[in-house]
Amino acid sequence: MQMEEMRLDGNAAAGILREIFVHDMTAAVATCRGCGATGMVGGLLEYGQEMGAILRCPKCEAVLLRVVHAPDGMRLDPSGLALLMIPANALVT
Amino acid sequence: MADSPFIARGFHAKRAPAKPDRLPPGQYETRDFPVLSAGPTPRTALSKWSFAIEDAAGHSMRWSWDEFQTLPRETPTVDIHCVTKWSKFDTKWEGVSVDTLLEKARAAGVVEGDFVTAFSDGGYTTNLPLADVKGGKAWIAFGYDGAPLPPEHGGPARLLVPHLYFWKSAKWVRGLRMMQRDEPGFWEQLGYHDRGDPWREQRYQGDP
Amino acid sequence: MTIPHTAPARLEWRVARVTAVREEARHARTLVLDVPEWPGHRAGQHVDVRLVAEDGYQAQRSYSIASPPESTPVELTIERLEDGEVSPYLCDVLRPGDGLELRGPIGGYFVWETSLGGPLLLVAGGSGVVPLMAMLRHRHAAAAPVRETVPVRLLYSSRTVDELIYRDELTRLEGAGDVDVHFTLTRGVPAGWTDFQRRIDRAMLAEVGWPAASGARAYVCGPTPLVEAVANQLVELGYDPSRVRTERFGPTG
Repeated sequence: MQMEEMRLDGNAAAGILREIFVHDMTAAVATCRGCGATGMVGGLLEYGQEMGAILRCPKCEAVLLRVVHAPDGMRLDPSGLALLMIPANALVT
Repeated sequence: MADSPFIARGFHAKRAPAKPDRLPPGQYETRDFPVLSAGPTPRTALSKWSFAIEDAAGHSMRWSWDEFQTLPRETPTVDIHCVTKWSKFDTKWEGVSVDTLLEKARAAGVVEGDFVTAFSDGGYTTNLPLADVKGGKAWIAFGYDGAPLPPEHGGPARLLVPHLYFWKSAKWVRGLRMMQRDEPGFWEQLGYHDRGDPWREQRYQGDP
Repeated sequence: MTIPHTAPARLEWRVARVTAVREEARHARTLVLDVPEWPGHRAGQHVDVRLVAEDGYQAQRSYSIASPPESTPVELTIERLEDGEVSPYLCDVLRPGDGLELRGPIGGYFVWETSLGGPLLLVAGGSGVVPLMAMLRHRHAAAAPVRETVPVRLLYSSRTVDELIYRDELTRLEGAGDVDVHFTLTRGVPAGWTDFQRRIDRAMLAEVGWPAASGARAYVCGPTPLVEAVANQLVELGYDPSRVRTERFGPTG
């Protein structure tokens, strides 16, 4: 995988995800529908800069989750996720 | 969101507009060229690169890199406008006019639709009306500022449609697909506008 | 103070008041903030800061909380980026008495608290040291028996010596015991410099980091290229990837 200077990680999406989910989502464990890799959302690769949050699998780079906050509301496309597991001890801020 | 936002004392955008008549509503001028990507930079070798114009019935016209380089080229100087509110004036490009490509595609039997979907390496797509890539308004650009287009800005080649918001100028473009219906692309599925005219501030779905 | 265990229903924007500012290093400044109804936070979390101009122009950035959960004013340390839009405002224009709109605390992955244990390996590049400093300060606030169960090693990469943030405090923490601090400079060293002078690499991590067999938890924060290189190097050295947590700050400032 090439070094991508601009990309961030799931930590950068924590704020926008917190607008949708009651819990912090960076400690949630995501399973990639593409390659089956699992890892915490905080460790996913984040693209999109100010247009929105695009979270990609660090193993296969497939899109797991996309979020855009538009004036009429928020759109979340979770179709790249096979599973999202929110551990009990993540149910705090 | 608060009803009346808190105004940060003494804060303002980095640069005041120098040419207000060239700035679409809600935009600010930048002298930088910010990089915005939805995914990692593809690294397609020129020997593997091709560009195609195709329709739903399977007709297509395709060019290899070497064939593409033999096409007549233009050097448009244009203003570009990003939906994230920065605009950059007088950017200099080199590329092949989409009109040239469409003419050859038609001759090869490709049937035009009312809409096109531009598709790129890495899976990015964007949709726009066919009319917005005709009539001297769009190019497949492989040069920027007198040098080959760098990968982070969409090289080897990107779509260049400067009269629309710049997310429509798909980086790493590999083709245009004729569509009878407007099919929302990568960002449009998430709420960005199907057309994206900065002079009408068509940023999001539903903007008139 | 106790770590709160109830999640607020919404993450609200609040207007904090700047009570003091502190110049930390050549390009860095700490903002001391009084945040109304601050719910408390965990070391490693961040806030989002939003600036709105009179003409409606908005900019938003994330900043790591530098202060530990134990201290009441919330502190942010801002690195001033030459071509930045927000950091020059926060470093040059903002002054005590001003309001600053923020929301937080945010984050639950890149956090550490003493109950998670150690040993702890903290690797920082540039302003990436800020959330790690919150972790160190949190650890320092714990009782000695707790601190003794969590030895810490910090490796901190900076371009030049005068860009090192918290240098004096890090030296003091090292003197207080159980904290091992190493610096590396990548763009030139002052006369008499005895610590490292190159980009962090696998050999350096092997030399001053914890061996993987120790079961150490690693937190790596800073520019994206550094974070990715270091995380890969730690895994090559045998670290379990699930014990390596990362926070990327974007391109090198």
